[in-house]
Amino acid sequence: MTMEEKLGGSNGEDGGRDRFPIGMRVLAVDDDPICLKVLENLLRKCQYHVTTTNQAITALKMLRENRNRYDLVISDVNMPDMDGFKLLELVGLEMDLPVIMLSAHSDTKLVMKGITHGACDYLLKPVRIEELKNIWQHVVRKKKPDSKDQINASNQDKSRGGTGETGPTSSSSDQKVSKKRKDQSEDEDEEGDDNGHEDPSTQKKSRVVWSVELHRKFVSAVNQLGLEKAVPKKILDLMNVDGLTRENVASHLQKYRLYLKRLSSVATQQANMVAALGSKDPSYLRMGSLDGFGDFRTLTGPGRISSASLSSYQPGGLFGRLNSSAALSLRGISSGVIQSGHSQTLNNPINGFGKIQPAVVPANQNQNGTLFQGIPTSINQLSQNKPTNHFGEFNRCNDPNAFGVATNFQDARVMVGGSSNTLPVSSGNPLLLQSNTQQTQHSGGAFGNQPSSLGVTSLNQEPFDMNVRGSSNFLDHGRCSENWQSAVQLSSFPSNALSASETFSHEQLPSNNLQESISWTSSHLSGSPLDLSSSMANPANLEDSRGNISQVGLNNNVIQNIDYTTKQQWGDSRHDYNGNMNNSFSRGDSLVPASGPMMDQSNVISDKMNDVSLFSQFSGDSTYVVPHLDGEKSAFDTKSRSNDDFLFETKPQNGFNQNSFEPLENIMMSMIKSDQNNETPLMDGEFGFDAYSLGSCI
Amino acid sequence: MDVVNQLQRQFIDYSASLHREGFLDDQFTQLQKLQDDNSPDFVVEVASLFFEDCEKLINNMARALEQQQGVDFKQVDASVHQLKGSSSSIGAMRVKDVCIAFRSFCEAQNREGCLRCLQQVTHEYSLLKNKLQTLFRLQQQILAAGGSIPVVE
Repeated sequence: MTMEEKLGGSNGEDGGRDRFPIGMRVLAVDDDPICLKVLENLLRKCQYHVTTTNQAITALKMLRENRNRYDLVISDVNMPDMDGFKLLELVGLEMDLPVIMLSAHSDTKLVMKGITHGACDYLLKPVRIEELKNIWQHVVRKKKPDSKDQINASNQDKSRGGTGETGPTSSSSDQKVSKKRKDQSEDEDEEGDDNGHEDPSTQKKSRVVWSVELHRKFVSAVNQLGLEKAVPKKILDLMNVDGLTRENVASHLQKYRLYLKRLSSVATQQANMVAALGSKDPSYLRMGSLDGFGDFRTLTGPGRISSASLSSYQPGGLFGRLNSSAALSLRGISSGVIQSGHSQTLNNPINGFGKIQPAVVPANQNQNGTLFQGIPTSINQLSQNKPTNHFGEFNRCNDPNAFGVATNFQDARVMVGGSSNTLPVSSGNPLLLQSNTQQTQHSGGAFGNQPSSLGVTSLNQEPFDMNVRGSSNFLDHGRCSENWQSAVQLSSFPSNALSASETFSHEQLPSNNLQESISWTSSHLSGSPLDLSSSMANPANLEDSRGNISQVGLNNNVIQNIDYTTKQQWGDSRHDYNGNMNNSFSRGDSLVPASGPMMDQSNVISDKMNDVSLFSQFSGDSTYVVPHLDGEKSAFDTKSRSNDDFLFETKPQNGFNQNSFEPLENIMMSMIKSDQNNETPLMDGEFGFDAYSLGSCI
Repeated sequence: MDVVNQLQRQFIDYSASLHREGFLDDQFTQLQKLQDDNSPDFVVEVASLFFEDCEKLINNMARALEQQQGVDFKQVDASVHQLKGSSSSIGAMRVKDVCIAFRSFCEAQNREGCLRCLQQVTHEYSLLKNKLQTLFRLQQQILAAGGSIPVVE
């Protein structure tokens, strides 16, 4: 469908649906009646569809009623009932719509304030029509991750009456999973009857809400297919959900990928953290990764949000959350995934981390937990930041979708690592991480205090993929989100120059179940000599405990490092193998959260630990980390080390505890234990990196 | 037709002078361009709104500045700000310029200065109101005579 079609959709009124930006629906808010009237007319002249109100409160109400009814909001800065900036924030957070500020003052400070609060643009009064003719770009930009479908969708929505979209759409502030309305636009005729289009299911498939459940299915489908091979059609088939179209899936996939990218960067951090954590538990990894992310967030200040924000995001916070959630998060990673679904929530990811975590943990089960565990420590450190802030902003900033995914991931990451929270953050932040390398460093500290080694910075996006994959592995498809994170993290790891040389290089990850992700991550890991090891393990953690981490020559190193870190971080429950694995994993995990790659690692480790499917386990198994250790299949040969206990077990606390991972660790530990793979909790820091060359692990 | 032409010429000249004297600026021209079949009285409506709003704001400011106990400059500033916004939106350049000066007095918390500015604003506003009313009357006449409003560039 052409852009036009898509875009044009919704203007039933002038049939301009297909002619975006014609028919774009704008909500104008200004207490000055003259300005409002003039603005209204100017906008009409641009052929937009205008709704006006002179009260911010009314505007908010209208937006909340149906977020899909509008494409853009223009708001005055000075209003009596509510500060324009406040409205801006709320709209950005809740509805994730582009907001343009308007003011008679051109004070630089105000403009700055507008930007920092997330405004897409800042116009001065008197507004000229030329300026208004271009504002539609903001709508497109925001929707970019989803491509034009959204626009289209929104347009369509409009025509549909923007009313309740029939179909699974979730109106109101849902994450923008706008369904590709391509089908719809094609099918539908502007009848003007918005909802009633002939075939509701086809017609308005207005925005699809990617619920956690749905996302989980999605992730697992992707994992099954393998991230690289995942094509919307196949995913759709695998998911087997009614009312979901290929377009929906495609757009979601795109976001997911971005998310993973982000995660990887974060994961790297996390991985570092994880590594540091030495969490064997996959959860560690997850956590770590998450944490890493979390820290990452803080560390790197997710590029998105503003590094600062990220920091605030506090990967640590994530971790912290991770910790608790680490265990949970591991599992939660999946939840993280879910979170991703709520990319929007990312904004609150930070906030949500808390949320994620619990969710995550379960999902990640250990994976995350382990990750996180390892990471928790680091994360904890990270947590110092206030994750939420930034993310919120971040979210705002980020393309909701993209971010959402990423963000979700971040969250997911958190979850993954248990504290996937961080991940999500991180994931989203991988970008951030990277950007915030500094931040990562920060988180690195958490993790290993890796100076951004978390790979977050290095989280290079690419690793992200790895991580993502890895993470996805971790997550177990279902947990894809988590995996993402981990993958992201892991990947990030590799890419990230994990100082820990954790290069956890996802290579290690390969072992992860992440199906492809692991290998993917590992590859990443290898690819990018993850400093993961260093980075992963949270620089501090990883490194110290291991010191060897560097050895992970991405794969190997990574693994080792991972182990190393994991051990440390994760509490080394996974001992050697676990440790290593864990380390690596942890690194990976830690990375994972942070850099995705970590995740891989963790996955790797997990695999090793649990069965190499640590990661995957993460997603699913709580003891992900642990179990993997045992099972680890390939990723960590060291498995024999009985990583299981190694990583997770005992130490979960250690690495994590730093921040709050402990809980995660514990969770992980339990998970691990349950898993039993004997994986010695890597947490012990002693991971001693077995020379698990990650490669082997992987 | 002659009448129409004459009126139109008058209109153009008058518009030009208003612009020249700074009563109106380019923004007003933009508004005139916005007027079309969908909103035939757009400019008149906006102008009316502006007058109302202006009076209200001026009253607010006067009241605030009269306070012997202590002038709430924030409130005055808020009103000035709004007046600035609306005057610039309609193209009332002179009014807007006074507002700019007014604002700095507010920030400096200079009551005297503010009062002076307030006087100026009131003066400018009255002037503008008269001028615009003349302009609109001309427009009406043209339309009544069957002509169309010339677009003044």
